[in-house]
Amino acid sequence: MPTTSRYARDVAVVAFAQSDHRRRSDELSEVEMVMPVLHQVLDQTGLKAGEIGFTCSGSSDYLAGRAFSFTMTLDGVGAWPPISESHVEMDGAWALYEAWVKIQTGEADTALVYSYGKSSPGSVRDVLTRQLDPYYLAPLWPDSVALAALQAQALIDAGETDEAALAAIAARSRTAAEANPHAQLRGGAVEQGDYQVRPLRTGDCPPIGDGVAAVVLAAGDTARRLCARPAWITGIDHRIEAHGLGLRDLTDSPSTRIAAEHAGVFDAPVDTAELHAPFSSQEVVLRKALRLDGDDVAVNPSGGALAANPVMAAGLIRIGEAAARIHRGESDRAVAHATSGPCLQQNLVAVLEGEPA
Amino acid sequence: MTAASPPEVLRAPLVVEFPFTRSLGPVQSAFLTGLRERVVLGVKTADGKVMVPPVEYDPVTAEEIRELVEVGATGTVTTWAWNGSPRPGQPLGTPFAWVLVRLDGADTAILHALDAPGPEAVRTGMRVRIRWAGERTGAITDIACFEPHDAEATEQATPHDGQFADAVTGIVAAARLDYTYSPGRSQTAYINALADRRTVGERCPSCHKVYVPPRGACPTCGVATTDQVEVGPAGTVTTYCIVNIKAKNLDIEVPYVYAHIALDGADLALHGRIGGIPYDQVRMGLRVEPVWTEGGRHPDHYRPTGEPDADYDAYKELI
Ligand SMILES: [Zn+2]
Repeated sequence: MPTTSRYARDVAVVAFAQSDHRRRSDELSEVEMVMPVLHQVLDQTGLKAGEIGFTCSGSSDYLAGRAFSFTMTLDGVGAWPPISESHVEMDGAWALYEAWVKIQTGEADTALVYSYGKSSPGSVRDVLTRQLDPYYLAPLWPDSVALAALQAQALIDAGETDEAALAAIAARSRTAAEANPHAQLRGGAVEQGDYQVRPLRTGDCPPIGDGVAAVVLAAGDTARRLCARPAWITGIDHRIEAHGLGLRDLTDSPSTRIAAEHAGVFDAPVDTAELHAPFSSQEVVLRKALRLDGDDVAVNPSGGALAANPVMAAGLIRIGEAAARIHRGESDRAVAHATSGPCLQQNLVAVLEGEPA
Repeated sequence: MTAASPPEVLRAPLVVEFPFTRSLGPVQSAFLTGLRERVVLGVKTADGKVMVPPVEYDPVTAEEIRELVEVGATGTVTTWAWNGSPRPGQPLGTPFAWVLVRLDGADTAILHALDAPGPEAVRTGMRVRIRWAGERTGAITDIACFEPHDAEATEQATPHDGQFADAVTGIVAAARLDYTYSPGRSQTAYINALADRRTVGERCPSCHKVYVPPRGACPTCGVATTDQVEVGPAGTVTTYCIVNIKAKNLDIEVPYVYAHIALDGADLALHGRIGGIPYDQVRMGLRVEPVWTEGGRHPDHYRPTGEPDADYDAYKELI
């Protein structure tokens, strides 16, 4: 049992699976894309869909333009007769948070969490403008790259980074992704390319693609039975900042810092950090907020969102990747982070720990 | 039978268009009406900070804030990003800079576009002023954009009562998103079969139910439905309703009957209109068959086959 737990129940990530992330998946409907990953994650635990206590998913209908698409993907978990389930119109990391709360209440001992994003049918840069304030922002159609570029320029003006440092983050991420068979963009030779919205170049931006991730959570002895080395969630918290970009200091992420404090990130060193930074410049902000300044922590060994960014799943993947490293014995204490909204507006931080061998 | 090779992916344009009508609170109403009158208003928080664009609640204390002030139409760029390829709907059609601008007298910044000849003409700290739109309606787009303006900051926020004649109380936010829809493996097979006037469902390999139209997965077993099964063409009305309201853009005389029809061999009823029989004679158990029209991509409606009605026990599980 983790000694640092501050919660009613000890809950762990006991399995993680993800699809290969690809630019397009025209030949598959959403449920056809999701189902193999659900089967893989359940197979890892030996559980059948009907044995799961609670199911929670995260997705956004706007990505593929299909109303209530999440109800169709529910077919893939065998949701009839009705099961105990819920959905968030958010990244799957927040679905995981809801599932974790459900287990804390004692109403479930296990949970299946999945999320997916099919960005290929639409133009995700434009689609994401629809999540913005409808009075002052959305009528201007400021796309996701433009908003990230404003943040990047603020960081450059503050002397916290420069274009060369951003390029190095992009290159390091894609080099790390060479070891990740699911990544969409890998190899250190990926070019930085031209400006998309200056100062961000193509290489500073995430690839656009379709993908799925799934996680199984379990409590206490159930977790031990299902997994040789569970990744215990010893802390988890999420915080949000003001919506208006002009109200925020874009070079800092107080919401990440406060969530990290509440999750206990700073109580002991971490050896791994999986950060949901879709843009290279956002890693700079997150490293500062999470105090990841040295080389002693493996930051985004999976390649991170710069290597694969299925919108609505990329945050859950960070938790899954961190947990998988603990499952494999490659990490003892990891921090996982997920973000939502423009310029890191909302942030979730989780600490995952493995028991000593 | 299972398809030997995956069929060609079907694609069709899909447009999602929605004009949201949104009401404005007292602060937003004053701000947007002010823009129409070429006056920029902000709000002053309890600790004296001036927020432009204004919010109705203090983001730190959550206190309601109503104290309006007028700020300048000139300001200072706090950060910027050069947009070499403007996208649909954005403020300018030619390359421009996105900017956050702190207007003179304000403590926070507003997002908009800056019309400048190139990125070398833009820097953080540069002075700019509002270029007003020629036609203003009370919207953020009443600011056409910002433009460079070399003058020192002088203005301070001054009190304003927020009163204007004919205040704007709402906005209509139009949005259009364009997609390319592709139906996926299972529905592609279904649609392709319809082109040959055949109805093909899929069988669950676990519970053996046949789903029509197929959705790709069995919702009971959570597994892929891979075996294709031709069903029908005839079927049984399991339940129905009488439609008395004429739908927009639908050229069908009311009243008519809309029914659930379990095609022979299917374990799930599909929907269809019943024709070829007076609406008040349609009944549960009625045997029907599809009627195709020239060039139609699915049955236009179903009509009675003339067979005796199906026994209730034969379809009661499918209602
Ligand atoms: Zn089945």
